[in-house]
Amino acid sequence: MSGRAENSGGISGEKSSSYGPPSGKRRSFLGALLTLGSFCVAALLSVPLIRFTLFPILRRTTELEPSPLGPLTDFTSLTEPLSKTIQVEQVDGWRKAVSEKTVYVTKDGHGQLCALSSICPHLGCTVPWVSAKKEFVCPCHGAVFAPDGSRVSGPALRGMDSLATTTTDGQLLVRFQYFRQLVSDKEVMD
Amino acid sequence: MNSTDRNENGPSRIPQTGFRGWLDRRTGLDGLLRTALDEPVPGGARFAYIFGSGLLFIFLSQVITGVFLALYYVPSADHAHTTVAYISKVVTAGSFLRSLHSYGASAMVIVLLLHLSQTYIYGAYKGRRELLWISGCALFGLVMAMAFTGYLLPWDQRAYFATAVGTNAIGEVPFIGGMLTRLVRGGTEMGTLTISRFFVAHVFLIPACIFALVASHIFLFRSAGAAGPITENPYKPTAKSEPFYPRQVLMDLSLTALLLVGLGMLAFFIAAPLGPAADPANAQYVPRPDWYYLPIFQWLKYWHGAASAIGVLVIPTILALAVIALPFLDRSIERRPWKRPGAMGAFAFIMFGLVGLGLRSEYQDHHDPAVAQQLGRQKAEEDEYMRKPFEPDLSAASLAAANVNLADPLAAKGKTIFEAQSCNACHGDGGIGTAAAPALVAISAKFPSDQLTNLLQHPTAKMTAGAMPAVDLPTGDMKALIAYLESLK
Repeated sequence: MSGRAENSGGISGEKSSSYGPPSGKRRSFLGALLTLGSFCVAALLSVPLIRFTLFPILRRTTELEPSPLGPLTDFTSLTEPLSKTIQVEQVDGWRKAVSEKTVYVTKDGHGQLCALSSICPHLGCTVPWVSAKKEFVCPCHGAVFAPDGSRVSGPALRGMDSLATTTTDGQLLVRFQYFRQLVSDKEVMD
Repeated sequence: MNSTDRNENGPSRIPQTGFRGWLDRRTGLDGLLRTALDEPVPGGARFAYIFGSGLLFIFLSQVITGVFLALYYVPSADHAHTTVAYISKVVTAGSFLRSLHSYGASAMVIVLLLHLSQTYIYGAYKGRRELLWISGCALFGLVMAMAFTGYLLPWDQRAYFATAVGTNAIGEVPFIGGMLTRLVRGGTEMGTLTISRFFVAHVFLIPACIFALVASHIFLFRSAGAAGPITENPYKPTAKSEPFYPRQVLMDLSLTALLLVGLGMLAFFIAAPLGPAADPANAQYVPRPDWYYLPIFQWLKYWHGAASAIGVLVIPTILALAVIALPFLDRSIERRPWKRPGAMGAFAFIMFGLVGLGLRSEYQDHHDPAVAQQLGRQKAEEDEYMRKPFEPDLSAASLAAANVNLADPLAAKGKTIFEAQSCNACHGDGGIGTAAAPALVAISAKFPSDQLTNLLQHPTAKMTAGAMPAVDLPTGDMKALIAYLESLK
């Protein structure tokens, strides 16, 4: 193939002079211009491709929406942690997963309403409230927590995890999150 | 090629020093570039010759946009439509890239027809260029196959029904038609296996063939040499030639620029449509293929029963063979169109025939009130679907959890116990199973309730080894738990 190209004049039998090819200088200037132009167009065209690819990184799509716990009035006369089942909707790209999570509405050390995740910070079992003992006792490995969620005894390295709550129109809302297990400080899992 | 060839003669030779010189000595890239750019164009550069490189450009654009679309696309009946909707409605630049890919397919067919027409009218298939023509015919078939397979992938109503009709038409082939349809569909009906097959063909098989054939098409082109003007002898070329670069390159680039701007604007301002997800149960839907398949669609309407073999198999086969064998059938050296009335007549007949069939199909659709009304409704449904915000798929795990909206109060109580006892920590919400413990869905099919109760109270050694504790519950609670487990289907 290359041999033929090298005899570019071979077909016509002579060099292509009748069309007056541009001088070397003009030709290489045109070449540089075309190369530059192609690079610019390619760069421009790659913008949508890059934005398309980076979409999931630039926009968090795994955000959890706050879930309603019920009217505030339900919790004013709280004497012990109250178990509530919430529906958590987690968007994962083009699909969403709806799962039910148990959270506890309780009072923190200052007597303020707060929400606790029922997932044990030790290894992730669901921690039930044991009314008779006035304690949370994890059935898996025996971690024990006080009514405000603070650690009492057992293998857990920290107390139960509190969840961010907000109040809208007299409704208590909770934003569910997952936290890393087996560490002494609360760390949100992304 | 040897280095003396590259470094001497010619006005544009650049001294081979520094990085470029080193790269060239190692790779011979400069020689390759020169081979490409110094391609002799007999009779000089012309706008008539620009379509081939235009096709190459669209093909590359299709490959690039296609690869990127595959970042989000999932080829299954459950997810194909959702993922295409996600691309169109949610992902940044997604609608633009999908539209570029979709309109690119139409542009490819148009430029391909122009390329083919130019070759035919200029008599460029003649003489020494037989293999070039044949490889071009194969590429034509492959491009049409790409259009056919790609059309199904969005899995919306339009895609589903058009492909149902298209694959049915394959069934008209005598004797083996039914088998062919089943082969293409992956079964008797269209379904998720059809998507898999079309996806593999569209993304792996056909593109691989196109790459190979484009390479051989260009190789054969350079071996035979460009055809040149219509006065050029197809066996022994005599015209003076001009190098491909710069004038022909600039002309080719003008088409590329036109396609780039045209397709870019179209894709930017008019999003490629996506209708509601395929609903095979919809009996009203009036299927219509994309414009380039309309003539064939109309043609097939005229052939029924015993005669269908002629219309579906015999005539198209003869036509295809005649087209492929054209360089062997037409050996004359005459290339001027006005001296080839037979060839031009046949060309005009086929082109007018195709356009006429396409227009006839459109005409019939517009003049049948029932069809026109239904097509209008389908268009309106598509527009409405495009306006709706994206709705994510509910994952299978959620469905299992959602199934537990229990009518039976005993089972509902059991569900509370299931969660309070942390059974879901290992067996998953709704008993769907996790890495730590097996699924409990459909467990009642394995164990009758008394055996299940016994198993929960006295787990086997294997269960205990997997950290399953013995469940110690009052009789009423245990009954509720069992009722719940039995409700998991």
